[in-house]
Amino acid sequence: MTAATRDPWDRAGRWAAPPRPAWEEEPSKAGLAGKGLVLVLAACAILFPLWIVVVTSLQSKRTIDAAGGLVVVPRGVSLVAYRELLTGGQVQRAALVSLGVTLTGTLFSMAVSVLCAYGLSRAGSLGHRGLLMLLLATMFFGAGLIPTYLLVQALGLTDTYLALILPSAVSVFNILVLRAFFMGISPELVDSARIDGAGDWRILWQIVMPLSRPVLAVISLFYAVGYWSAWFNASIYLTDQDMMPLQNVMIQLVQKQERPVGLATQINTGQLSPLAVQMAVMVMALLPVAVLSPFVQRHFKKGMLTGAVKG
Amino acid sequence: MTEESAGQREGKPAFRLRLRRDRTLILMTLPAIALLLVFTYLPVLGNVVAFQDYDPYLGDNGFSAMFLSPWTGLENFRRIFADPGFWHAVQNTFVLFLLQLVLYFPIPVALALLINSVVRPRVRAVAQAVMYLPHFFSWVLVVTVFQQILGGAGIIAQTLRRHGHQGIDLMTDPGIFKFLVTAEGVWKDAGWGIIVFLAALSSVPPDLYEAAAMDGAGRRRRMWHITLPALRPVIALLLVLRVGDALTVGFEQLLLQRDAVGPGASEVLDTYVWWNGIRNQDFGYAAAAGLIKGVIGLGLVLTANKVAHLMGEQGVYEK
Repeated sequence: MTAATRDPWDRAGRWAAPPRPAWEEEPSKAGLAGKGLVLVLAACAILFPLWIVVVTSLQSKRTIDAAGGLVVVPRGVSLVAYRELLTGGQVQRAALVSLGVTLTGTLFSMAVSVLCAYGLSRAGSLGHRGLLMLLLATMFFGAGLIPTYLLVQALGLTDTYLALILPSAVSVFNILVLRAFFMGISPELVDSARIDGAGDWRILWQIVMPLSRPVLAVISLFYAVGYWSAWFNASIYLTDQDMMPLQNVMIQLVQKQERPVGLATQINTGQLSPLAVQMAVMVMALLPVAVLSPFVQRHFKKGMLTGAVKG
Repeated sequence: MTEESAGQREGKPAFRLRLRRDRTLILMTLPAIALLLVFTYLPVLGNVVAFQDYDPYLGDNGFSAMFLSPWTGLENFRRIFADPGFWHAVQNTFVLFLLQLVLYFPIPVALALLINSVVRPRVRAVAQAVMYLPHFFSWVLVVTVFQQILGGAGIIAQTLRRHGHQGIDLMTDPGIFKFLVTAEGVWKDAGWGIIVFLAALSSVPPDLYEAAAMDGAGRRRRMWHITLPALRPVIALLLVLRVGDALTVGFEQLLLQRDAVGPGASEVLDTYVWWNGIRNQDFGYAAAAGLIKGVIGLGLVLTANKVAHLMGEQGVYEK
């Protein structure tokens, strides 16, 4: 990007093109209508499925039976499904597992990545090039599924939560984004801190990290979404049903149409609609990311661009 | 790098001095490096099982079994090339890749141009927030949502049945499966893809447009001669990345739908490795298949990058 160009993102991170210049033609009515139509269609394509899921999860068994399945137009609100899910049983346990893995995993990944990114952020430091090469090389090859699987087994990580965290703890892409951001911090600031007697730990903690809050937020979200959405590692490394995270339980309940352990009686006695339970599980899976991502949205551009350009 | 050449001119400080100066920095990188060595580099060596009749029960653990399993040379590869299922997976992989390239790739560009042309800030803000959203959903959720709309018990089949028609189940129809997979990809990530293009659009100096308009260029000509050339480097970069990644087409996504639609339509190289190795426990065979995929993939990355250099673009890494 050239320095002279405007920054078209406003402070809330929204794309803010300048007002229409005087020389530009007024758009035609048909053009405007066409644009509007495309935007509305795109928004509907994204929101309509989510609407059905959320609405159905909030209906009583009677409304769902009357609709013959999924509900589009809600009639009243019933929290039965959520009340049942959150009073124990398989789904609650799975949600707690997912939450725990996401929190510890994100913290661990962030600690490791921030340290590594800072360690590699000073050009000309000893071993800097070699270590960077070691990182970059991994973007060109993958070890392969089978050798990785055999290794995780050989390390004895099978049926432990570590198997969900350690193999995917480091994302080279995320480290490169952090590093690019750290390198953009004015060297004078870092130098003056060093002259004042601060060591690298202190510089990282008290100067670099506070200045990097936006990118730290973005990368944390990327890691957190990664852990929250992961199901494959659990499906191959865990055999204990009680340890399964939410995504895996969602596969069992919604995709394979199994009945949730602990709720089967309420469903069989006809007090609870299995469909509402399934949809409630889906809402539980989508809620955290849907709530968190708008808060970080204004920093997406920074994270994406440093990654795309310097990667 | 300039700092380094300056250091060389003045004479590099002694190794031990540099070690003492930078030891904290090196120490900081160690946890990440260690994890990469263990979980990315070490398994590369594990690819030796591709040349073995690997049996995990020969040793105390999977690792020592590697030393005890009998060597079979290229036997695994011979079996793979003789398996029509493998060639079918290769074919599916490339068909899916091409479909995604043609049907998926242009959409973010078009959406970015659309968003860029919208003047009202409120409309723009809402549109962007909505479009980013699905990127953060897991594949399990995306596939399940599609099932709720298009599946046998989904809302479309439900409505059709209520009006006396026969219900349809698009999720298990092998004929349209590849389009369905592409549509899921578009739903999830097309909105996210616009960020990079919006950034490229912002780097176009506005006076270029004004000058062109003064010279009599209309809307369309300005788009063709200013906007699209400005997007060229980004489009080239993303194409290179995509081509280099051609053999990896939606592993999670396809694995989740493999049961519903059957391997005939959904098997790609990744799921082929998963099925043979993890489900059928034929580790040597699956590792060999994975190795074939890895080697071809590496070749594709290097070639794609070379082509980018030849086209005069920056490519993924510099020479």
